[in-house]
Amino acid sequence: MKIVVPLKLVPDLVEELEIAASGAELDTSFSRLLLNEFDEHALEQALLLKERSGAEVTALTAGIEGADEVLYNAAAKGADRLVKLSLDFPKSTNSHAMARLYGTAIRDLGPDLVLVGVQAHDSLDGPIGPMLAEVLGMPYVGYVAGLRLGDGCCVAKKEYPGGVTAEVELDLPAVLGIQAAEQPPRYVAISRVRLAMKEASLEQQVAPEPNPGGAAAVCRMYKPETGQRASMIEGDEGTVAGKLLEIFREQGLL
Amino acid sequence: MGHEILIVAEHLRGQLRELSYTLAAAARAAARPDEDRTTAALLGHGVEGLANELDVDQLLYVEHPALEEFTSDAYSRVLAGLIEERRPRAVLFGDTTIGADVAGGLSMRLGLPLVSSCLSLRQAEGQIHFVSKVYAGKILAEGELPAPTALVAMIPGGYRPEQGRRTNPPALERVTPPALEGLRVRLKGYAEPEAGDVDISREAILVSVGRGIQRQENIELAQELAEALGGTVSGSRPVVDQGWLPSTRLVGKSGKTVKPKLYLALGISGAPEHAEGMSESELIIAVNTDPSAPIFGVARYGAQLDVLDLLPVLSEKVREAKAA
Repeated sequence: MKIVVPLKLVPDLVEELEIAASGAELDTSFSRLLLNEFDEHALEQALLLKERSGAEVTALTAGIEGADEVLYNAAAKGADRLVKLSLDFPKSTNSHAMARLYGTAIRDLGPDLVLVGVQAHDSLDGPIGPMLAEVLGMPYVGYVAGLRLGDGCCVAKKEYPGGVTAEVELDLPAVLGIQAAEQPPRYVAISRVRLAMKEASLEQQVAPEPNPGGAAAVCRMYKPETGQRASMIEGDEGTVAGKLLEIFREQGLL
Repeated sequence: MGHEILIVAEHLRGQLRELSYTLAAAARAAARPDEDRTTAALLGHGVEGLANELDVDQLLYVEHPALEEFTSDAYSRVLAGLIEERRPRAVLFGDTTIGADVAGGLSMRLGLPLVSSCLSLRQAEGQIHFVSKVYAGKILAEGELPAPTALVAMIPGGYRPEQGRRTNPPALERVTPPALEGLRVRLKGYAEPEAGDVDISREAILVSVGRGIQRQENIELAQELAEALGGTVSGSRPVVDQGWLPSTRLVGKSGKTVKPKLYLALGISGAPEHAEGMSESELIIAVNTDPSAPIFGVARYGAQLDVLDLLPVLSEKVREAKAA
């Protein structure tokens, strides 16, 4: 069983986001990038499958700043192979472009299963998973929160609206969009990441020029007028608690 | 000649999903009055009357046993054929656990652009403009839908479902599906929800916690407040994924949609996936350390505080008030 997990770095939303001077994109020059949280779940699910039934897990990512750290972190957690796509990625590298790039690289790895985070918060042109499946000619099911392997197939626990879940069977090879791994993503000590940096080898692949076709151009980006709708209660926890109590009373909630 | 705006109606276990009405309302907003027509595609088995209240000009009903419930493979095959043949100006999907499973693949298969997380559409001077939420709702992005055909995945919030509802049924056209053999995705069966837990969609007061609760032990602080108020603890995705709350308590896209009298959003950022499950609550009060958290755009009252500081104080005050 060969499992490939494509990993993506996204801007850290804990930091203040700034719009670039063009007014149509984010100014990412100062923002910190970190691994997409759903990709972290995809990697965890792959590692759980490996532990349960044996598998070779390959972590793959685009060679932007922070990529090595993400790959060595995956190795420290238990990934067997690390693949980095090298290219000077232009800003226009969207989900469509990434799906095509990952698709070419993943096809050569001959996976039985591709696990990818079900979404990323910076993908205006949609999540990578379904596009990647199309490039690879594989079936796709997203919003998966649990997985077991069968003979030539896998059974995914798929989430539907309203808290409904179902078991969905897919022929292998397949691409699954992971919403949540069966367990929270494991923590790995920094010492083990350092060890992985010494011991694991990074396979570098030169990627072709990305083709971003399939997205709409953005003419304006702006922050929603937050705070305008919520009336903010100022003060420390004592003051705020007092005000909230008044509101509860007014609303007849006490 | 006018264009067609096509929506893909969503249904689950014999019920039309409310978002389908939102899609119909969005299609109307994208269409030029008296010139363009709106159409809904309903894929199903024995559900011909299900979309009779959708406010569209025409209903395309595709009947096949393999379409009884949603599966990505069967839906993609049918919709690819419909879109290729009809070449609508825009195709609107729900950006849901259903629609988002097929929109991206169709975009790649048919070479058509896709705009996701779309909140609203507006037509002006022959162009269709979109507004989408990106970066977990912290940023809005605007642009024009590329011609001649674009795919759009819509989130709720831009339209009220009533805007896409009417009483007289749309004109019906039956469409023969393509061969649906050798499907690579098969629905085995729905899991019945875990019984025994409370149904959070019926609770009047929800004390809802997110990442800001930080540790499993701190759930107890929310539990104490919920007990004092006579409410129940619910949560956002990260809290449920950590196993700190059961999945029956999840509010949002793949959890429950709730409309309580009071929704206390504690340490919840308010990403679109969460907001769609709670934005209709009667009174929303949000507490978060991040002043730019999108939850403050949904809440009526807000406070920029650490929930761990506020919770014990607020619980105590509520208990005192109730005792007095």
